[in-house]
Amino acid sequence: MDRDRLETVSLRWLRRLVIAAFLVVTVLPFWYMLVLSVRPIERLLLDPGSLWVPVSEFTVATYAEVLKAAEDGGQGFLTFIRNSGLVALAATALTLVVAIPGAYAVARLRFFGRRQVNALFLAVYLFPSIVIAIPLFVVFTRVGLRGSLFGLVLVYISQTLPVSVYMLKNYFETIPVSLEESAAIDGAGRLGIIRRVSLPLAAPSIMAVALYDFMIAWNEFLFALLFLVDKPNRWTVSLGLSLLSDGVEVPKTVLMAGSVILTLPIVILFFASERLLTEGLTSGAEKG
Amino acid sequence: MTTTAPEAGRSPARERPGPRRRPLTLRRRESRAGLALVAPTLLVVAAVIGIPIVWTVVLAFQRVRLATLRRSGLFGEFTLSNFDRVLHTPGFAETLWTTLLYSLGGTFGSIVIGVVAALVVRRPFRGRTLVRASMLLPYVAPVVAVAFVWQVMLDPQLGIVNDWGQRFLGWDAPIPFLSQDSTALWTVIAFEAWRYFPFAFLFLLARLQAVPVDLEEAARVDGATPTQRFRHILLPQLMPVIVLLAVLRFIMTFNKFDDVYLLTGGSAGTEVVSVRVYQFLTARTDVGAAAAQAVVLAVVLIAFVAIYLRFFTARREA
Repeated sequence: MDRDRLETVSLRWLRRLVIAAFLVVTVLPFWYMLVLSVRPIERLLLDPGSLWVPVSEFTVATYAEVLKAAEDGGQGFLTFIRNSGLVALAATALTLVVAIPGAYAVARLRFFGRRQVNALFLAVYLFPSIVIAIPLFVVFTRVGLRGSLFGLVLVYISQTLPVSVYMLKNYFETIPVSLEESAAIDGAGRLGIIRRVSLPLAAPSIMAVALYDFMIAWNEFLFALLFLVDKPNRWTVSLGLSLLSDGVEVPKTVLMAGSVILTLPIVILFFASERLLTEGLTSGAEKG
Repeated sequence: MTTTAPEAGRSPARERPGPRRRPLTLRRRESRAGLALVAPTLLVVAAVIGIPIVWTVVLAFQRVRLATLRRSGLFGEFTLSNFDRVLHTPGFAETLWTTLLYSLGGTFGSIVIGVVAALVVRRPFRGRTLVRASMLLPYVAPVVAVAFVWQVMLDPQLGIVNDWGQRFLGWDAPIPFLSQDSTALWTVIAFEAWRYFPFAFLFLLARLQAVPVDLEEAARVDGATPTQRFRHILLPQLMPVIVLLAVLRFIMTFNKFDDVYLLTGGSAGTEVVSVRVYQFLTARTDVGAAAAQAVVLAVVLIAFVAIYLRFFTARREA
């Protein structure tokens, strides 16, 4: 067998093996999370290596404990879900309102300082969020916005805006200029062109950006920790879950139930829109 | 430039009297529209990012504590004592070193795994979409949830890793991965590589799929084996993306707070700079020192990136 044949055959097998390994490594932790969340803690201690739930062990008591309000002896995750949802939706909507015109301008219109604006967004995107966190912490403490969900929404915009502008800009650049020009010749003003030509064409990518922003805001942890920690009824799911582990003797199975609740909406959203997201995130990347 | 008529039907029929304008005015109108449209974005960025960055620098040179915050003015006396305190608090150098190791390890790991992942799902096969989607899971899942799963999996008593390790791999005793100095940093780096390889994977896969088929076909006809084709055709095509990813991932990992904080809380030799900033800010309520520490973080980061870019552009020209 010559080298080419040898390599081709062995690489074919290696490839299958590697794909299987990737599946195990990426999916197993999530499966493990799910399995643990429906097992009683006593059983887990006896048999920690199991990846399966016997029907006799199956329980949803963990979820009941996590979701029940604090007054009823639960962890109050229903409130956290509402908080997270509100904050993420508001941050997404506000980001889009600001990012769409901005991205359009950067992609299409020649104005003074356009290139600098472009670079600015990348720089800002890569800047350490802990650096931004300190003065925001100070300001919010002073004006009393600490502990308010509205304050958190404002901060989340700082996390989502640069990347949204960047993604949308890449997409607007792919829309043929001729389409807009023909609309202009037909007498449409700039806003008319954006509303009737560019926006409908960019709809899939705007959707992708919206989903991405929602995920960023839903998953965010540092700012929630800094700003909301004293107000238990305002906690987001991420924050509530992280503080749950500090709590007095909360079983790991309950912790996992909380993790499932935190992860599930994101995973559902992601699988429902996988193609949209993957393409939105890397559009323009193939330019090298 | 061409004007395509078919789209005309969708555009508004509002007739404006005399749309004839001289080119200069059209250009000026465009410029004005551009500034008007980008203004809200710039304002928001300035308000929630620009001003805070400047303010951090100002705070770094002031004596501010959380307790005195409500009374102290914006521009008080300037002092260097914060930096003095930050530089001389025990563990400063170790923290920087840890952050550097953590960032380099995380960056390297995520890119290497990302390259392998992109190579194996490059060609279509049954279930490819599903495999690709699962590979993105670690990246899209909430950090708090995945950090806890890792914690539980690695737990010495009820974790599956130690259970299987003792049963199948013959470990003598459970390994407390996240709480002993010899393994904690490596575990955190492994977590980082696991969580962020999808990021590299996405960009690399997009690039791989843009490589012309002819190029590889020609190499195959000329007798290049698969590994040779990777080495001489694909890798050079991927290199620019890898270089870019290395900068992006390094910067992002260097700034990372959540992952380390959630996994170890900065104990067992895993304290990175942003966790330290957080400790200054909350545990010690020393705002000035926290700001000074954050400024040190940003300066060191900028220095590293500058060196990297310099080195790389120099090598490219040579």
